Amino acid sequence: MGSILITGGTVVDPASQRQGAFDILIVDGKIARVCGAGEAGEADETIDAGGCWVVPGLIDMHVHLREPGYEYKETVQTGAQAAVAGGFTAVACMANTNPVNDTGAVTKYIIEKSVAADLARVYPIGAVSVGLQGERLAEIGEMREAGIVAVSDDGRPIMDSALMRHALEYSAMFDLAVIAHEEDLALAGEGCMNEGPTSFRLGLKGMPAAAEEAMVARDIALLERTGGRLHIAHVSTAGSVDLVRRAKARGLAVTAEVTPHHFSLTEEAVGDYDTNAKMAPPLRLSSDVQALLEGLRDGTIDVIATDHAPHHHDEKDVEFDCAAKGIVGLETALPLCLALVREQGLAIETLIRAMSPNPARVLGVAGGNLAEGAPADVTVIDPHATWEVEPERFQSKSRNTPFAGWQMTGQARATIVGGVVKWRMLEPAANGRRKRSATR
Amino acid sequence: MFTRRHLLGLEGLSREEILSLIDTAGTFKEISDRDIKKVPTLRGKTVVGLFYEASTRTRTSFEIAAKRLSADYVNISAPTSSSSKGETLLDTARNISAMRPDALVIRHSASGAPHFLAKRIDCPVINAGDGAHEHPTQALLDLLTIRDKVGRLDDLTVAIVGDILHSRVTRSNVHALRTLGNRVRLVGPPTLLPAEAAAWGEVHHDLRSGVRDADVVMMLRLQRERQGRNYLPSLDEYSRYFCLNRAALALAKPDAVVMHPGPINRGVEIASDVADGAASLIMQQVTNGVAVRMAILFLLVNRVRAAAPDVPVAEHAAPERRRKVG
Amino acid sequence: MATVERQVLDALGVERALARIAHEILERNKGVDNLVFIGVRSLGVEIAQRLVDKAEAIEGIRPPSGIIDITLYRDDLHRASQTPLVHGTTIGFPIDDRALVLVDDVLYTGRTTRAALDALMDFGRPRSVQLAVLIDRGHRELPIRADYVGKNLPTALNESVEVRLKERDGRDEVVLIRAEEG
Repeated sequence: MGSILITGGTVVDPASQRQGAFDILIVDGKIARVCGAGEAGEADETIDAGGCWVVPGLIDMHVHLREPGYEYKETVQTGAQAAVAGGFTAVACMANTNPVNDTGAVTKYIIEKSVAADLARVYPIGAVSVGLQGERLAEIGEMREAGIVAVSDDGRPIMDSALMRHALEYSAMFDLAVIAHEEDLALAGEGCMNEGPTSFRLGLKGMPAAAEEAMVARDIALLERTGGRLHIAHVSTAGSVDLVRRAKARGLAVTAEVTPHHFSLTEEAVGDYDTNAKMAPPLRLSSDVQALLEGLRDGTIDVIATDHAPHHHDEKDVEFDCAAKGIVGLETALPLCLALVREQGLAIETLIRAMSPNPARVLGVAGGNLAEGAPADVTVIDPHATWEVEPERFQSKSRNTPFAGWQMTGQARATIVGGVVKWRMLEPAANGRRKRSATR
Repeated sequence: MFTRRHLLGLEGLSREEILSLIDTAGTFKEISDRDIKKVPTLRGKTVVGLFYEASTRTRTSFEIAAKRLSADYVNISAPTSSSSKGETLLDTARNISAMRPDALVIRHSASGAPHFLAKRIDCPVINAGDGAHEHPTQALLDLLTIRDKVGRLDDLTVAIVGDILHSRVTRSNVHALRTLGNRVRLVGPPTLLPAEAAAWGEVHHDLRSGVRDADVVMMLRLQRERQGRNYLPSLDEYSRYFCLNRAALALAKPDAVVMHPGPINRGVEIASDVADGAASLIMQQVTNGVAVRMAILFLLVNRVRAAAPDVPVAEHAAPERRRKVG
Repeated sequence: MATVERQVLDALGVERALARIAHEILERNKGVDNLVFIGVRSLGVEIAQRLVDKAEAIEGIRPPSGIIDITLYRDDLHRASQTPLVHGTTIGFPIDDRALVLVDDVLYTGRTTRAALDALMDFGRPRSVQLAVLIDRGHRELPIRADYVGKNLPTALNESVEVRLKERDGRDEVVLIRAEEG
């Protein structure tokens, strides 16, 4: 592979506490030099990062790639393609496939697919319980040897408190975080949106905030006893943020993530029964959005992750009650995150920390920094590029997004994985429209 | 003047629209008193009723209404099933639409089902009840009945009693009553009256305070399933606290009227002597139901497309929908 | 588009025409015995009332009157330019075996009268139906003729006839309206 010089951009590397005008030279798949502008010398390829942020490769630690079993919605290949198009150099994929990823064999299958795709890195997350049934522990050790980076029954909560306790204790042996999908099914089970003024008006069954908060509180209480590491997936309510904040203040090993749709939309996005606003946990109230933003600002929320959940058109184009829950997110995350910097006063280094070094730390994987010698996973972000969300042009197989037609600002200009450009935004054409393409 | 393409609900309808619907319905009443109860205005038109929920009364009311307008009426009672079994709602509706009906009447257990169809098929859609969301023709006939007896539709205190949480009749009525300038009280146990209801009307958990000095008392049917889900311990206990009997009714205004969308559970939400008493308008509601449905069918089938542009299905569409992110 | 109006009947003309029609009706029907008047909405209603008033003044007995709304019997709603308004029919007496005088403001294509006849048949079986109109403007599309005409008014198809009555418009008159070319 040839060497790459990224020049003219502003490096934001929270792990090295570096922010400013630096050039980056990539040789043999690693960061060879980070130096002042113009000092790095020549390379086989030069990427002009003028006006751009140059950041450690973004890591989305919560995606659903649907393979094996649901390839009609997405595959490892198309998901990894969507990831690099969105600026992500790595993703961690959940275990609710078919068969469930509760064995070394399925873990290896996923890894093989990702190696063949050779796009974004794909880290499998293994199931906590066999078949995600919430009854028996899965063989976490075997899966760890096969390459999982965390365990989770995500898609479903672990309703059996004794099982959750044992999961925290057992996974600690392998230094794996337990990623918890917090939803008390008895309270939320039949709900299809937030329980609040909009669900009342639309006559839809709601999922109250308490359904999430009760489980967050339970798992934090268990954590106090068990040790181990707890990571709360897709936090969506002010109450949950508050619980995590207080747990951290007590020194507990809990981390938390938020999705871009939860800080960009409220329950009103359901509008007149738009199933592209149906997901679990649901969109909440503006007071919850404010609390999530505050959580990002003060570090209570460590990670931004999309919960990319592709679904086929036939599963969404039905009555609201029957529609599948979830939306895609890899290709719309970046501009929504950048809007926080632009409009909500979030510092860029705080944003990047939540999208690279922090997820790397929770998963225990390499990456998350641009230090000399580190693997060359780099994202070049153009914060000024304007574009319109056209789901038909997604790299993902699925189109289920509430952001169709939105005017976005900010896009990945280049996504580099292991020193190879996996995604490049072409220069603007004569008519001003930027073209996008994948490159190998 | 009501010129919308569909009748999906009363939310967002203006005062003028609601009153014109009620006025028009009033003019259709006399047809049901004639010897020959038919007018030829919808001759040659086809109305299809798609009832996914069991309903004899509303279905029959629509059928009679259509036939009195000389339309051909076809009823389809589809079994209640999730879309993963058998034909989807959309496919069923599309197949029907391909047979070119002039109107589709739909009752479905999923809130939003009529809206879903209205966006995807080619004929006017009438909501005959969707989940817990709305039941616009019921509310219109309730209002017509009130006006016939009480003489006006504004400045009334209307108490609605029962399972507010699951009641589409309530939601439609509250939208219309508030638009017309009335005071609404919502009465029921806290398990069936969520906090959000306070934005819709005055909340009462005590029947007696709820009906005190009310002009209209609307009793809702209590479904037996609610007990199984722990909303209530038993029907007996519900009835002890929320059944409208003579003593409770005596606290309302002396000329207060009593209403119920039916079918009534005698002794559960309403005492027999109140249901059959002088203040009860329950039978008039049924009669007016046919007139209201005749008016709706007439207006929607005869709607002139050029007369008014289609208003969006819900005025409350998310402002974020077209928001620029920066 | 500009329009040009020409008055073809003034207030006195309207009054004389209605007085003559009232006399003719009473002459042909030999008084008000068994006679009923039905006004076709909307202007036929006021005209029928005036005829009833005049009949009462002449005979000393007030014949019954009713109102018919033919919106639900029209055959041309699909071509209507406005959403139809329904105001209702009120006939508070049986019409079987009665001599019924149907009253309307303008007789034109005849379709309104046909619709009114259809509607009346749903109410019963009158012994006879006679048609009284203030203006007959020609251009019949159906074999319908009026028994009593206030004024025959030849018109072109691009003209329209408007009847204005004291009760609604403050004055009685009939005008011919033509669109101004160019």
